[in-house]
Amino acid sequence: MSTVVDTPFLDIAGLTKRYAGVTALDGVDLSVNAGEIHILIGENGAGKSTLVKCLAGIERPDAGEMTLAGAPHRPAGAAGALRAGIQVVHQELALLPALTVAENLFLQRMPRRLGLVDRGGMRRRARELLGQVGLEVSPDTPVERLGIAQMQLIEIAKALSVDCRLLVMDEPTATLTPRETATLFTQLRRLTANGVAIIYISHHLEEIFEIGDRLTVLRNGQRVHTGPVAGLTTAELVRMMVGRDLNAEYPPVTARPVGEQLLRVTDLRVTAGAPPVSLSVRSGEVVGVAGLVGSGRTETMRAIFGADRPAGGSVEVRGRAVRIAHPRDAVRHGISFLTEDRKAQGLVLDLSIAANISLASIDRVSRLGLLRHAVENAAARELSSRLHVRATGPHQTVRALSGGNQQKVVLARWLAADTDLLIVDEPTRGIDVGARYEIHQLLLTLADSGKGVLVVSSDLPELLGICDRIVVFSKGRIAGEIARPEFDAERVLNLAYSGYLKNGISA
Amino acid sequence: MISISVARGNPRTSRAVSQVLGEAGIGVALVALALFFLAFAPHFGTAQNVRDILTQITLNTILAVGMTFVILVGGIDLSVGSVIALCAVVAGTAMKGGGSASIPAAVLLSLLIGAATGLVNGFVTERWRVPSFIVTLGMLYVARGAAEQYTGAATIYSLPAALTGFGTTTLVGLPAVFAVALLMAAVAWFVLSRTVFGRLVYATGNNEEAVRLSGHRTGVIKVVCFVIGGACVGVAAIIYMARLGVASPILGQGYELNAIAAVVIGGASLSGGRGSVIGTLLGACLLGVLTNGLLLMGVSDFQRTIVTGAVIIVAVVLDAYRKRLSIRLSATS
Repeated sequence: MSTVVDTPFLDIAGLTKRYAGVTALDGVDLSVNAGEIHILIGENGAGKSTLVKCLAGIERPDAGEMTLAGAPHRPAGAAGALRAGIQVVHQELALLPALTVAENLFLQRMPRRLGLVDRGGMRRRARELLGQVGLEVSPDTPVERLGIAQMQLIEIAKALSVDCRLLVMDEPTATLTPRETATLFTQLRRLTANGVAIIYISHHLEEIFEIGDRLTVLRNGQRVHTGPVAGLTTAELVRMMVGRDLNAEYPPVTARPVGEQLLRVTDLRVTAGAPPVSLSVRSGEVVGVAGLVGSGRTETMRAIFGADRPAGGSVEVRGRAVRIAHPRDAVRHGISFLTEDRKAQGLVLDLSIAANISLASIDRVSRLGLLRHAVENAAARELSSRLHVRATGPHQTVRALSGGNQQKVVLARWLAADTDLLIVDEPTRGIDVGARYEIHQLLLTLADSGKGVLVVSSDLPELLGICDRIVVFSKGRIAGEIARPEFDAERVLNLAYSGYLKNGISA
Repeated sequence: MISISVARGNPRTSRAVSQVLGEAGIGVALVALALFFLAFAPHFGTAQNVRDILTQITLNTILAVGMTFVILVGGIDLSVGSVIALCAVVAGTAMKGGGSASIPAAVLLSLLIGAATGLVNGFVTERWRVPSFIVTLGMLYVARGAAEQYTGAATIYSLPAALTGFGTTTLVGLPAVFAVALLMAAVAWFVLSRTVFGRLVYATGNNEEAVRLSGHRTGVIKVVCFVIGGACVGVAAIIYMARLGVASPILGQGYELNAIAAVVIGGASLSGGRGSVIGTLLGACLLGVLTNGLLLMGVSDFQRTIVTGAVIIVAVVLDAYRKRLSIRLSATS
């Protein structure tokens, strides 16, 4: 376990930061000891990221003092913070896609020999680092060929590559599987044993209890609690973050009548060599799709929706064979798809909330090709209030919203399209507890009204909490299916790993 | 700093104000420049000089309006200067020595050739996923060569009197050719701000994948933007002949850069998704006023070119600064 020293390694007092009249940080105190993993937790917009930015020299605080190892810490820029021994793994990935894994790892300090880049040495060091985070890729692979979880691991490896005194991780596990997370935690423990101080930001409550020593809760830019993690309950934590009681982590699931078959996919092959996949969804059903990152979950959903062209197989909507070669066909046949990466594939960040909401149902807010702004704004207002989107109004640009509100805007787009089947991929990733609950509730309400919902998620408790049955992917094929009465986390995990084990174990 | 106080006010007015500020950043610059020349450049404010300026900016305005569509979807069209020559020589040949009856067919021909080159530019860019920068650079050579081949490098004279007459007509004090440019800008503004197509143009330039995954054919939208850009070049070719009474295969060199400059000064982003017709119009005016004013002050050709270049750089730097400011304002957590 960690060694706790009397004087804190990092001491923050009265840190304040305002943007455009909004107070992001309001006199926050925080102290982190050497060898400690200090959890920073709070809803989106609570001020966590702003605090990290001040620490990392990206933003300059308006008031307050930061002390690092007894000396004042006033970084003039990111480079200053790096020199002071602070490494940050940001939520947003900062990798250069065209460069190789090794080059990305050593971007900050390329190993040199005689003034030239020492490629051999770099590759050797890179292999070591990749081993530490448990990532099996060649150091010469261009980063753009990696999946998002692998990129996340590269970011972490990058931070580990430098001798730092304070490591800040902003939601490092958002895209990671349980196994990758476990590897990460082992590495973090190794660092704290060497006296490194770690600030760890996460929305995953289970994780916090597993890895944290102490925690600080932020709400609306203010510190509401600091104390040891041990002894806290989930309910207490949630109450401190949200400022009110959420009765349960998941809305109650009531028995629903299951109706006609909405979607039937038969022998779908994502690529020519991929195994065939078959699944179906009925009206009124919430079907979970579990599996490790890269197990073919997302690829299958994209193929069903026409985002990528499948190599084979057939799709029936309401019993009728259809051909879906483009997302346009899918939308016409009543299928929506909420992508896992809302910024890259979902939102049009510089357009208004109203424009983002109407994007998939633009025919309903136009006549003869002319936009009817009044109709569009009214529709946006109605959906925004139904989903509790916190914004100044339908004209606000989506870029200015917090992650949870952005996700609600994309959801609102598909609600406006009013399709029979909704496929959602990681619907609550990186979203605070309150918004998460609301989104779960919304998905259940949709099923109640007779729609079909397919939920892809790496968050197993989420699937167990809201689905009627769970389909488990493993290595490109469906390894099994579990109905609600038989729900069991261990069974799902066994199925998810089954394809990757040599002999294959059955659940 | 102004936009900070604005951001807290009534959302509707704040949107309007920030829009005006965005475009008016350049609007303010234009007024300041005009006031400066009124004070220091002899004859700058005379009605005749204003008419001259409007006539001079007509071609660039038309080309820049078309270029706005292309730039909004993240493309660029370098072939404009050559395509205008190709349109002119083909349409010019068609009406050479003819009467006013030959004009409609020639106009149509010019529009079709412009649109066709746009179609090729857009289609090749989309179909093979290559940068439009390279495709239109190729078209720059192809169209220039075709224009020279078509006429045997000769210049075409004796265009219909009705056409050249139109080039010097005034409508309520405004040059008729400028009225054409203004009309085109008005139509473009309407299309971009009031139609579904316009909305999809902005959205596609901003995040093409998100638009595609919302069920739209983004490829078609982008190609249509290139076609619109090309058709505008076709119109510009007719205006050129109306004004100068000739069609030469070597005309138009460097026009693409003036058009791009107007669009960029008008606040458009070369990565797409941001820009406006009003901005483009103001950008073209600014370039025209600058050239005209400096000329009246007796600044040499060479120095004028230097100043124009500097203005383009300053405009883009100011715009980048403004954009950073607005992003910083929106990032509150």
